[in-house]
Amino acid sequence: MIDLVAGVLLLIGASFSLIAGIGLIRLPDVYLRMHAATKAGTLGAGLVLVALALHGQQLEVTARAVTGVLFLLFTAPVAAHLLGRAGYLSGAPLWSKTRFDDLMDKYDADGRKLGGTPEEALTKPPADRDA
Amino acid sequence: MADFGSDFLQFSVYIAYTAIMISLGLTVFRLLRGPTLADRVVALDMLALLGIAFIGIFSIATEEYAFLDVAIALALVGFLATVAFSRYVYRGALEERRDPSKPDEGDDS
Repeated sequence: MIDLVAGVLLLIGASFSLIAGIGLIRLPDVYLRMHAATKAGTLGAGLVLVALALHGQQLEVTARAVTGVLFLLFTAPVAAHLLGRAGYLSGAPLWSKTRFDDLMDKYDADGRKLGGTPEEALTKPPADRDA
Repeated sequence: MADFGSDFLQFSVYIAYTAIMISLGLTVFRLLRGPTLADRVVALDMLALLGIAFIGIFSIATEEYAFLDVAIALALVGFLATVAFSRYVYRGALEERRDPSKPDEGDDS
């Protein structure tokens, strides 16, 4: 029974990894490719580790596998955020059909500050700030 | 029932190996081709994730659970590599935006 569940989780995880790989090829710009690699890729590797945790059936194996899954889930958003920010500031082009770029004109020449102060960002509605 | 379960697990392992291998090929293609540096860093991040998944499948197939430590270390190294690479992309972009003739003032934040 455990083998059945582990096998199904393995298949789902491998499918997500495959989908992430296909997305990495097919999607049109860096940010969309990151969407595929970060989310589908993390879920794929995480599900394989969960299958391993079920299959191991020893405390130390399960504990290590669950630790690995938690570590992946904690670090993936941080890495994706840093990478997306660096990509945007380095001027990686957006897809030609992108309709909104909320970060446009929000960084100065040094790429450090946002356009408005934090107080403005909290009090003014976004429509006023976009000017 | 137990026989069917282990047969199904064996079948899943084969399918999963195949899927990971195809995904690895596609990722390497993106790593080599990627028009921007950020694309290549995304592909490197994905390579680390695929390595973790591969080690997981291998551990299930051979019941050799010592490789799980390798997977955890790979996750750690992959995360740190992605952070360092994105820092590198960011610094390179900043230096390009400033006046190229002006030397770097060495301010770090």
